[in-house]
Amino acid sequence: MRFWIAVIPLVLFAALAGVFLMNIGKDTSVVPSALLDKPAPDFQLPPLPGRDRGLSRADISKGEVSVLNVFASWCIPCRAEHPLIKRLAREADVPVYGLNYKEKDPQDGVNWLDELGDPYTAVGMDLSGRTGIDFGVYGVPETFIIDGSGQIRYKHVGPVTNEILEEVLLPKIAELKG
Amino acid sequence: MIRRNYSLFAAFVILLGLHAAPAFAVNPDEMLADPKLEDRARDISQELRCLVCQNQSIDDSDADLARDLRILVRERLVAGDSNEEVIDYIVERYGDYVLLNPPLKPETYILWVSPAVLAFLALIAVIAFYRRKQREDGAGPKSLSAQEQKRLDEILGTSQDRS
Repeated sequence: MRFWIAVIPLVLFAALAGVFLMNIGKDTSVVPSALLDKPAPDFQLPPLPGRDRGLSRADISKGEVSVLNVFASWCIPCRAEHPLIKRLAREADVPVYGLNYKEKDPQDGVNWLDELGDPYTAVGMDLSGRTGIDFGVYGVPETFIIDGSGQIRYKHVGPVTNEILEEVLLPKIAELKG
Repeated sequence: MIRRNYSLFAAFVILLGLHAAPAFAVNPDEMLADPKLEDRARDISQELRCLVCQNQSIDDSDADLARDLRILVRERLVAGDSNEEVIDYIVERYGDYVLLNPPLKPETYILWVSPAVLAFLALIAVIAFYRRKQREDGAGPKSLSAQEQKRLDEILGTSQDRS
């Protein structure tokens, strides 16, 4: 009895320490997507000013794997990840669509792409942010990988880094392409 | 004198506290004209987490997304949704994490049940402790063994008188 009274707290402490140890370095602010492995929401977005092609659910459910990148000109991490989105578009060999999220002026998104280069197959303009909400977007940039049937298969929150691109996104896309 | 100043200061602090109304981020232009619907919107908003700041409800938060969600909640209410339908609508998009009150379901049983289990275990431990204590108290001090009594008598030099 006395032995157990001494041992139980030690065991509990070790278990708790183990749980904490496993969570070190994990970003607790990242919220798992509620839409994972569910069909992408229906949406229909107008094109950027001066362009013909907008973006709708039909684009991301055409039977091929695609990427949807949520960006905004006012979002500084978006600027940081932009070269990697270009690289993703070059190397993944799948269409990369842009969701231009909540610009104050519709022209801002166009100017931003003119300045930094436009890797997107098509861009939809979400001025109200409503399509963003339908996708569960809570902090730009966010990057979705969508399979051929239009199901969301992966979501990355925050800027894409070299590491994320090479170790997560590209392998995931290759896997889905089969 | 110092004492007097101190109580004046205390009164002042209490007075300040009386004036502090909870701060809300809801802007007048977001509010609904119908006070009943607006009340429901406020109730719902206080249950929903702002995902940008994460420890505030969308009712308290100044974040852009919180504002969008507040407006969305009101739109759904005007469209005739019940409170549950509005909350489900948001949960569908953002997951259970948006709920400041976690729902009771298999994944959250530990969360809900563990406080009761811990309280129960603590209660058992307290009862066991007092029972044991009572038993020991009830037994009273043990009387001296024959050997101890002999030694005591020797020290006090009373062995002859007692026998």
